Amino acid sequence: MGVGEQLVTYVTQNGYYIWEEFYRHFLMAAYGVLFASIVAIPIGILISRYGRLSKWVLSFGSIIQTIPALGFMALLMVTLGLGTTTVITTLFFYSLLPIIQNTYVGMKSVDQTVIEAAHASGMTRFQLLRKVELPLAVSVIMAGIRTALVVGIGIVAIGTFVGAGGLGAIIVRGTNATDGTAIILAGAVPTALMAIIADLIMGMIERRLNPANKASAASQ
Amino acid sequence: MLEFKNVTKRFGSGVKPAVNNLNLTINKGDFVVFIGPSGCGKTTTMKMINRLIDTTEGSIIVDGKDVTQQDPVQLRRSIGYVIQQIGLIPHMTVGENIVLVGSLLKWSKEKKEKRAKELIKLVNLPEDYLNRYPHELSGGQQQRIGVLRALAADPPLILMDEPFGALDPITRDSLQEEFKKLQKEMDKTIIFVTHDMDEAIKLADKIVLMNGGEIVQASTPEEMLRNPINEFVEDFIGKDRLLQSRPEVTTVEQIMNPNPVTINMESTLKEAIQKMREMRVDSLLVIDQEQKLQGFIDIEMVDSNYRKYTYVHEVMDTEEYAVQKDSLLRDTMHKMLRRGKSYVSVVDESYHLAGIVTRATLADMVYDTIWGDGMEAAIATPE
Repeated sequence: MGVGEQLVTYVTQNGYYIWEEFYRHFLMAAYGVLFASIVAIPIGILISRYGRLSKWVLSFGSIIQTIPALGFMALLMVTLGLGTTTVITTLFFYSLLPIIQNTYVGMKSVDQTVIEAAHASGMTRFQLLRKVELPLAVSVIMAGIRTALVVGIGIVAIGTFVGAGGLGAIIVRGTNATDGTAIILAGAVPTALMAIIADLIMGMIERRLNPANKASAASQ
Repeated sequence: MLEFKNVTKRFGSGVKPAVNNLNLTINKGDFVVFIGPSGCGKTTTMKMINRLIDTTEGSIIVDGKDVTQQDPVQLRRSIGYVIQQIGLIPHMTVGENIVLVGSLLKWSKEKKEKRAKELIKLVNLPEDYLNRYPHELSGGQQQRIGVLRALAADPPLILMDEPFGALDPITRDSLQEEFKKLQKEMDKTIIFVTHDMDEAIKLADKIVLMNGGEIVQASTPEEMLRNPINEFVEDFIGKDRLLQSRPEVTTVEQIMNPNPVTINMESTLKEAIQKMREMRVDSLLVIDQEQKLQGFIDIEMVDSNYRKYTYVHEVMDTEEYAVQKDSLLRDTMHKMLRRGKSYVSVVDESYHLAGIVTRATLADMVYDTIWGDGMEAAIATPE
């Protein structure tokens, strides 16, 4: 039997199992990025307001990125134990930098004259943030979340080593089996697909949110 | 309407104040232009009115209320604001941008729509522009919307920070005219900051020229052109502008020839003809002992009367037309041309002869205006 046939056989026999792991894999990535967004976006806004903090926060984010994912997970495992929590926490830390950075850049790139005009028209600080700055920065922030999610899907694949399951589990199973190429593919292809699809969907949302792409019905 | 009382602004302690002890009263409906070199404090002064910048000392009274005692957010909603870079909000439609202050004041949807439609008519843009986005409009159209945004809540006072500075000259010109007309119709008080003197002269009811955080001169454009208070004002206005504006604001005294050819009324006709020959003129102004203008005599009158009369006062024409020293050259010029006279005599309040304006004087004047600066420039270039 060729690898292709083996793959088909494996997928047909274990279709439900692959789907389960796929779903689990996706949820871990999504949760990690979601929690990171909840923390990182406010931090990004904060450091865009208080410039002096930005250097420190961004350096801290960069340092986290230099730690190998597997090592980081192993370290967290010591305190958090085996399972999904460790993976999601790791992903949380890895996602902080791209999201903080993009939020910071997005907020900084909002045209100062628009802010001045809105401020002088009598907007409060909060109205300015909600009605002007965030809508104008949101597409850049989304780009950060997109990067974090795509990278995150890759990181979650390692999560199997701390007993979190996911598509990584199928890949590892394949590496342990004799002639396990088909099984490796059964884990790796969906992982890649997930990353690609996530990238496409997030890209679409990002473009939709970009104010530069807004146009009236009349001119479309 | 608007009053500055001993207003001072310091950015940081110890440094020279950006605005120093400024006192100024502005009447309702006035178009006031703040002008001056960069860093003179004109923009700072303007921004203190709606508290984009807070005062260090002193008070600014708008409609009887001190702005420093008011909530800045509410204050800003009650004062229109237009900036050079326009600053329309890109993700909102033109309509939403126009009634921005209305949405902050929680107007109903119907009221906002109605107001937006009313306003866009003022600048002659079609109603369907309300649903477009700012980037779909030209720069001139965008700034029209910027002006409308300031007008939306019908504020009595509007602040404008070089609003037409970034537009091309033709668009700028038409916007200036449109806006001046609009301002007159709506009776708004305008505080307008610019560094363009032409714009200031064109729009202002009152020009406030600032330097180093202080007011150098605050007066009507005419007054400033006529009587620049010091050299700085003169330099700022510019020599060519002063020259060009000469017929507008120059008095006859400034250009008249102060030594006209005269003859005493008690002189003889013989003396008169001798004087004419000597001075190469065909007429003489007749004065009395006190230098008062009595009339004029010309060569024809002498020719036809020298047999019958002896003295000048017997033949002179007493219907001499004269103008006061301080009358405007502009008016004098028109009168001369209309009456077909070749000269006009100039007198002071008690009718003493002060000088004469001839057509030759006018020619000098026009020559100066047309070539005066060109000559200087031509001489200056080789350096």
